[in-house]
Amino acid sequence: MDNNSKSIAYVRTQESPTMAPPVSTGGVVGWLKENLFATPRDTVLTILTFLFLLWIVPPVVDWAFISAVWVGESREDCLAPGTGACWAFVEAKFGQFMYGRYPLEERWRVNLSGLLLIAGLVPIAIPSVPYKRENALYLLVAFPILAFILLTGQLGLEPVETPLWGGLLVTLVVAIVGIVVSFPLGILLALGRRSEMPIVKMFCIIFIEFWRGVPLITVLFMSSVMLPLFLPDGVSFDKLLRALIGVALFSSAYMAEVIRGGLQAIPKGQYEAANAMALTFWQGTRLVIMPQALKLVIPGIVNTFIGLFKDTSLVLIIGLFDLLGIVQQNMTDPNWISPATPATGFVFAAFVFFIFCFSMSRYSAYMERRLDTGHKR
Amino acid sequence: MAHQEGVPAGADDSGRVSLMNDPKARGLVFQALLIIAVIAMVYLGVSNAVANLARAGIASGFGFFSDRAGFDIGQTIIPYTNDSTYLRAFFVGLLNTMVVAVIGIFFATIIGFIVGLARLSKNYLVQKFATVYVETLRNIPLLLQLLFWYKAVLSILPSPREAARETGVEVAFSINNRGLYLPRVIAEDGSSLIFYALAVAIVAWFVIGRWAKKRQIDTGQQFPVFLTGLALVIVLPTLVFFVTGRPLSLEYASLQGFNMVGGWIIQPEFMALLLGLSLYTASFIAEIVRAGILAVSHGQTEAAFALGIRPNLTSRLVIVPQAMRVIIPPLTSQFLNLTKNSSLAVAIGYPDLVSVFGGTVLNQTGQAVEVISITMLVYLALSLMTSAFMNWFNSSVALVER
Repeated sequence: MDNNSKSIAYVRTQESPTMAPPVSTGGVVGWLKENLFATPRDTVLTILTFLFLLWIVPPVVDWAFISAVWVGESREDCLAPGTGACWAFVEAKFGQFMYGRYPLEERWRVNLSGLLLIAGLVPIAIPSVPYKRENALYLLVAFPILAFILLTGQLGLEPVETPLWGGLLVTLVVAIVGIVVSFPLGILLALGRRSEMPIVKMFCIIFIEFWRGVPLITVLFMSSVMLPLFLPDGVSFDKLLRALIGVALFSSAYMAEVIRGGLQAIPKGQYEAANAMALTFWQGTRLVIMPQALKLVIPGIVNTFIGLFKDTSLVLIIGLFDLLGIVQQNMTDPNWISPATPATGFVFAAFVFFIFCFSMSRYSAYMERRLDTGHKR
Repeated sequence: MAHQEGVPAGADDSGRVSLMNDPKARGLVFQALLIIAVIAMVYLGVSNAVANLARAGIASGFGFFSDRAGFDIGQTIIPYTNDSTYLRAFFVGLLNTMVVAVIGIFFATIIGFIVGLARLSKNYLVQKFATVYVETLRNIPLLLQLLFWYKAVLSILPSPREAARETGVEVAFSINNRGLYLPRVIAEDGSSLIFYALAVAIVAWFVIGRWAKKRQIDTGQQFPVFLTGLALVIVLPTLVFFVTGRPLSLEYASLQGFNMVGGWIIQPEFMALLLGLSLYTASFIAEIVRAGILAVSHGQTEAAFALGIRPNLTSRLVIVPQAMRVIIPPLTSQFLNLTKNSSLAVAIGYPDLVSVFGGTVLNQTGQAVEVISITMLVYLALSLMTSAFMNWFNSSVALVER
């Protein structure tokens, strides 16, 4: 060792100190270079996007926060020129936006129904919690009955007529009834469409394709204007129920297609195995096919629900006051009318819808990742 | 399914099955029951409807189509006055629906493809911006977006007078709370030659394209078809325009009194509907495009690079054609959704089919059954036609397997 170092003087005896990486590949500069200015085209895109954001973000922030009116009693507070959002309007009308004209002293019933819903939804959404079957039964059967008793006022509770309902309450009622009814109907239609009985199959195909081919708004018109004509004299449904019938029929067609996708994904061997075990058609469907098919289409069901949840806003066109409807109605309140009120109300409603839909879509994406056992690169 | 051949449960020693357990017999009974139930429901409904209509004194049948409509419509493509018939009002509404659907599909596809590609960009800012766009717009109801554009953006724009104070009285381009004002092209004698020139240029583009393809297959030499075609389409009509002595002129909108006169007006209702529909649908198309491109296996890119194909050509010749197969079926359903969603026009007062026919005509005639059935059938027909066209297009790009 010692000898070597004398004879070959130019060979290092110890490692040279590590040099810092080039400035252009590490740290902030490296990140910028890689992510924003990698090629000339990237640079141009970055600058254009940045200019666009510079044009759009500061005015929006200014409108929503800096020059917004947070507290106020009436429109007078929101009238000053250059005022941004009139959040005082939302604050004053918040109760209406949530419950509509539901009587103040009875609103605990709405809250209790909401809690019952959450108590059923949270455990079914977490995959590791057991008793999924019981949980689903609670959500599909027990909860609707309880909520019906609480909201309409049965069993000695003070009755509350549906025209008094409004706001987020109606939005949730329409969406949840739509999904709860469309689930069993959708399963039946999907099975019918795959059936070997020609008339049943044809009937299901016509039913599904008809509802999927027409816009929801015409369905709502149909159920609100045309349906009463087909009922015997003296029988009449209230407006909310008529809307619910339309929404349920409409969404069951979409649900049927989602479930059919799941049924098609089940290998033929599973059907044959069920037959080999001498299970009848319904036993095989209930015990072998459906548990697998439904698990596969959970993301699809959640996506259908998101679509339905957004579509509930259409009921305002036939004169029901869902969240959007009640926001729009309150904009014309003479006490709050101002140039900033419409935008404020719409942004608030958009925010509420966004919170619901975004969290559901995150959940759906999470389930998709969980269920995805395919190949990844 | 349980309908298999062989000996079903319940067979006795002789191998014969009791009728109760024979799937075929049970199937027949089920179907017969279904038919009876459907017929009974239809019969009950129709008899109730006939009785109810008679009691309310509402006429039935389609005779009302030839009656005088007696109301005005804000945007008409074919000539229409309030003296026209209901049938004509129906066609005005239908055409308005189709116009907004076609233009909406055009913009939604373009924006959707751009945003979808941006979501895959390696550029951090562009990618995040596209993500925020998609996540925001597709999680907010379309109706809310339409109302927002109409009531919170377009209707609080300055009035024509206020707008003119800043821009001057006669302007080429003005946006105010009465709509978007653009210059109108006025055709004079000889202007048809310009359109012929345009047609000739487009035909020439196709001919050159075919020739260039043939030459490339034969000799391997390439020809800049796109640039040549573009030059032809621009230069030829322009040349004719000057040669024939400029037979086209522009008419600008100008302020007279409180309102703008002349020019080409795009109604605020139409703008709000178009903005809402195309931005909303674009967010869904963007996700479809992204999923389609991600669905092309990475090995395809690697194979193309291994052959020495440049990145731009790789995406044009290898990735996009394969991605299109995945993209087209869901894209079709988005086009259908856009067409059906255009019926939300009724909420902001754009005179589409639902608003004109299912709204005003229904209120005037009271013939709910006829009017709503026709409206639904029209949308059904539009849906079936769009999907038929897209199926044809899909089969032309589908994978040809042995």
